[in-house]
Amino acid sequence: MVRRKTNIWPYLLIAPALLVILSVVFVPAVNAILMSFQNYDLRRPSQTGFAGLANYIEIIKDPLFGEALVKTILWVVFGVGFQFVFGFILALLLNKKFKGRGFVRSVSLIPWVTPGVLIGLMWRWIYDGSYGVLDDILLKLGLIGDKIPFLAQESTAFPSVVVTIIWQGIPFFALMLLAGLQGVPRELYEAADIDGANAFQKLFNVTIPSIKNTIFVTTLLRIIWVANSVDVIFNMTGGGPAYSTQTLSVYIFNTATSLNLGYSSAMSIILTLLLLLVAVPYLRSMFRNQEA
Amino acid sequence: MRENKRGSARFFSLYLPLAVLLVFLIFPFYWTLVTSLKPDRELYGSIVTYWPRNVTFLSYENLFTQFQFLKPMSNSFLVAIITTLLSLTVSVLAAYAFSRYRFKGRKVFMMLFLTNNMFPTVLLLIPLYSIMRNLGVLYTPMSLVLSYTTFTIPFSVWLLNGYLDDIPRSLEEAAEVDGANKAQAFLRIILPVLVPCIVATGVYIFMTSWNEYTFAVMFTNEANRTIPVALKNLIGELGVQWGLLTAGGVITIIPVCIMFFFAQKRLVEGLTAGAVKG
Repeated sequence: MVRRKTNIWPYLLIAPALLVILSVVFVPAVNAILMSFQNYDLRRPSQTGFAGLANYIEIIKDPLFGEALVKTILWVVFGVGFQFVFGFILALLLNKKFKGRGFVRSVSLIPWVTPGVLIGLMWRWIYDGSYGVLDDILLKLGLIGDKIPFLAQESTAFPSVVVTIIWQGIPFFALMLLAGLQGVPRELYEAADIDGANAFQKLFNVTIPSIKNTIFVTTLLRIIWVANSVDVIFNMTGGGPAYSTQTLSVYIFNTATSLNLGYSSAMSIILTLLLLLVAVPYLRSMFRNQEA
Repeated sequence: MRENKRGSARFFSLYLPLAVLLVFLIFPFYWTLVTSLKPDRELYGSIVTYWPRNVTFLSYENLFTQFQFLKPMSNSFLVAIITTLLSLTVSVLAAYAFSRYRFKGRKVFMMLFLTNNMFPTVLLLIPLYSIMRNLGVLYTPMSLVLSYTTFTIPFSVWLLNGYLDDIPRSLEEAAEVDGANKAQAFLRIILPVLVPCIVATGVYIFMTSWNEYTFAVMFTNEANRTIPVALKNLIGELGVQWGLLTAGGVITIIPVCIMFFFAQKRLVEGLTAGAVKG
């Protein structure tokens, strides 16, 4: 390209998008940081004012925060972990040739386009302790002797919401990994066949190394989305019973809607910092191939 | 014999696991549909039926007459359309700059857009609430449009930038040699090629705006609440009215499913291009 004097066109072109983003993301983000250092509880407006690190110190002492942090980690590890496993299986299956593949692929993506609220409510109905279909199926199969109120008791509520988030995320994983699989050169498999590799050896020595990057990027994206997800849990259990399904995002949302804005801002800053740890390698990989 | 063996191998390695996964993925939708068609007596009866004994559309009727579901539907539609148009306009321009110009600070600006997707909704929720209040747009559709751009613009810029990078530069260069300037080359050469990609991006924006709940529940009131909030509000003091709720659910996903089926091929290409190449 011919080197010209500084061109103002690219700046003009990005200006509108940049302006919107700065005012709806960066200004609020800075506000959130400022708010996190304040006593800011709309239920106690007279006490509003600078509070230094008080909110952060309170977080350290708050047993609910610790519990929510552990729940968030479990939520992400099991949620994203099984989304990956089943998504990968689905992608491998959809990568085979069979009649109606296009149709099956479209249909299997529907959970991905369904609103989180609806997902939460649909599953709440399935898990219902009195009229729920899951209890009915398990009873008919003889797997349980009595109806289980899945979302109403502490021991089953958390695994139940995790199953729902797994269900939601399988399609996205399958979609991304399928695209990765279709890019693996056929010759690699032919070479492996000549060497006498079996199906498992091909999977671990050819397939997975070839789509390593897709797996990496998709997993990081999912971790961020799943950690941020509020609507599914909120509409299934609201975080209960006895806080057993309260992840950090849900805890922050609950605190914010109960109008303790300073405290919930401080918690959301910590959540953001934790997510940045995940995001940095993702951003690096996005920029590796970008020229200046 | 051998034919048979191969057939059963294919059954166990393909059809069976595929069927199990599909049943898992699709059953909740089937169950939602069945629930919406059942009369209350059957819904809350002692026996669970897997297809309604008496199919009824009463829930749908009630949804539109008693609960005026058309109102939240048109609210959602309005918000989603404005969000889509606004996000697309500014994103196409920005993506074009990132793809076709090399300028000082390009990397920093791209980074600004990309990091946007990392900010949790719950972080922006509270400060945006007070900003919307100060701007006087709280409890209007505009507050939702503005808050939805927090995730639609960064995402669209990224997606469109990927599509644009795939369009060879030689196309515009040929036009420029013929005396067209950059704007003319963009309008006459790039834009027509880009239209399907813009449509796909638009469908994605529409979908995410149509489905969003967390901002919507904070920034709307009775008059302008959107579908997800309206659905949640069907849970009244007397518990959940599952017939109504599932009928609302069926109506909510039909439009997005239809749009998605038309746009999915291009959308999937765009979504996966970055991950696969990078």
